[in-house]
Amino acid sequence: MSEKMFICGDEAVALGAKLARPQVIAAYPITPQTIVVERLSDYVEDGSLDAQYLHVESEHSAITASIGAASVGARTFTATSSQGLLYMAEGLYYASGGRLPIVMMDANRSLALPWNIYGDQRDSLSQLEAGWIQLYAEDAQEALDLTIQAYKIAEDPEVMLPVMVCLDGFVLTHTYEVVEIPEQDKVDAFIPYQKYANRMDLEHPMSNCVTAGPDYNMELHYQQHLATIKAGEKLEAADKEYGKLFGRTYGGMIETYRTEDADAVIVTLGSVAGTTRCVVDKMRDEGKKVGLLRIRCMRPFPVQEIVDALKGVKAVGVLEKDVDHGFEGVVYTNVNSALMRAADKPATFSFIAGLGGRSILKSDIENCFAKLLRQAAGTPQSPTVEFVKLGCE
Amino acid sequence: MIEVRWHGRGGQGAFTAARLLGQAVAIHEHKYVQAFPSFGPERRGAPVLAFTRIDDKKITDRSEVENCDYVVVLDDTLYGDNVTKGLKDGGILVINTTKDASAFPKVGNYQLVTIDATALALDILGRPITNVPMLAALAAASGNVSVDSVLAAIDDQLAPRIREKNKKLFVAAYNAVKGDK
Repeated sequence: MSEKMFICGDEAVALGAKLARPQVIAAYPITPQTIVVERLSDYVEDGSLDAQYLHVESEHSAITASIGAASVGARTFTATSSQGLLYMAEGLYYASGGRLPIVMMDANRSLALPWNIYGDQRDSLSQLEAGWIQLYAEDAQEALDLTIQAYKIAEDPEVMLPVMVCLDGFVLTHTYEVVEIPEQDKVDAFIPYQKYANRMDLEHPMSNCVTAGPDYNMELHYQQHLATIKAGEKLEAADKEYGKLFGRTYGGMIETYRTEDADAVIVTLGSVAGTTRCVVDKMRDEGKKVGLLRIRCMRPFPVQEIVDALKGVKAVGVLEKDVDHGFEGVVYTNVNSALMRAADKPATFSFIAGLGGRSILKSDIENCFAKLLRQAAGTPQSPTVEFVKLGCE
Repeated sequence: MIEVRWHGRGGQGAFTAARLLGQAVAIHEHKYVQAFPSFGPERRGAPVLAFTRIDDKKITDRSEVENCDYVVVLDDTLYGDNVTKGLKDGGILVINTTKDASAFPKVGNYQLVTIDATALALDILGRPITNVPMLAALAAASGNVSVDSVLAAIDDQLAPRIREKNKKLFVAAYNAVKGDK
C-alpha cells in the first residue's frame, strides 16, 4: 500500500530520490534546496538508503563528482539552486555532452545581484542551452513523481541525457501538502538498474569521444539534438506507464486546462499554473473564454504540442518568473518562436512577474487575462513585454 | 476553503502550529491542506507569519493568503492593524495574552477569543512555548478539527520526550476555551 504523508516539496524530492535508489549522491546545500540534502544524508546515515554520499565542498565539485560516478555507470543524484547551478555551469555541458544520465533537482531561486534567496525561475532558464532535459513541477506530488520518472527518461538507451527537475523555491520547496509515497517494489520494477552502453568499463574499453575535433564534432551534436527531441516522447511514455502503476498521470510535455474554444490563453510553468487554474475557473464562471497551457518540459521544447493546443486562440500571454534583459521573457521567446509555425499566429504578450519572489496574486493574473481578452476582442494592446505589478515607472 | 493566518515571533513555533493543524486534518481527517511559513530568511524574535489552507478538494492556489477565516496571535505585542487585516466577517481572532479582551477593541465582525496560553505552557511544559495551546484554542473556538486528530498529529510530529506534556497542554487549553464559551 502506498502511504500518504504531509510533507514539503523538498522532502518529497528527497523521498523520490531515495525510492530511485541512487548509488552515488554528491550535493552541496543551498537555500531553498537544503532540506533535500539533509534528508538524503540522513537516509544514508541511518542505512535506509544504500548510497555513497559525497560531502563535496562546492557545487562545481558536486557536478563533477556526479559526472565521474555516472561515467562508470552508477545511478547518480544531485540537487542545487540559483548560484549553485551557475557554479555548476561548466559541468552541466560535460554531463550532457558525455550523455550521462544524472538526475538533478533544482530549487528555482533568483540570481544575484541584487542578492535574493526567494523563488523565481531565472536560474534554470539561464541554462536552457546546457543540453539537459528540463522538467517543471506544479506541486510536491508531481516533484516526487518526476524525480522517479526522470531516471526512466535519462537512462533510456535512445536518450542517455541528464535530467533537471525544477520546482519553485519556497512556494513548493517549503510548503507542506499531502503527498502519496509510491511503494518501493513498484518503483524498482519501473526503473530497474541497467548497464548503459557508454559507461567506462575495464572489461570493454572504448573511446567515449571525450575529445572530438572538426571531423566528428557536428555529428555528436546532431546525435545529442535528436536524442533530446526523443526525450519528449519518452516523457509521455513514462507518464503513461507510471499512471498504470501508481494511478497518477500528468500528460506529456504540456498540460492544457479549458483551452478548447478559448479566446485568451496564459502559458506558464511551475506552481503559478495552479493559481492560474483558479483564475480560469472564476473567469469561465463569468462567461469569459480563457484557458491555461502549462509547460512541463522546457527542453526538449514542445513546439508542435503548443501550436496544436493554441489553434484558434486569439491572444496568448506567457507568464514567467524570468527576464532576458533588453529583450523579453525567455519562455516567451520560445513560445513565440513555436507559434511562428502556426498557420494563424495569435497575438502574443510577455508577462514578466514574480521576480525575486514578488507575490503573484489571482488579481494580477486576472489583469493579464483582461489585457488578452481586450486584444482578442479587436483592440490592439501594448506593450508586448510587460512587467506585472511594477512599483516604478 | 478555510484559511488560517498565524502571527508569532521567530522561535515561538507559529509554523509548527500551522503544520500540526495541517497534519491533523490532512492525515487524520483526509482533507486537502497546504501549510507554509512566510518565505525567506528565518530570524529568532522577528515577526513571522505562517499559514494553513484546508479544503475538501485539491488546493491549486499558490498565491499568498489575502483573506482568512481565522487569525491566531501567539504574542500580543504583535497586535495591530496587520493582525485584523483580511479577517473575514464571521471569522475568529485568537490572542495569547494576560490582558482582558477589552484591550483588543473589535474593528470588524469577528469572534474574539483570548487565552493566557503562556501561563498554561509555563505550568505544564515549564517553557513559554505556546504553539500547541494556541492550536487548542483555535480548535475549541472553531470546531474545525477534532481533539483526537490533533493528539494523533502531536504523536506523529513532536519529539517523543515532549509529546505527553504537549498533549496534556493541548487538552488543558482546549478545555479552558470551551469552558469560557
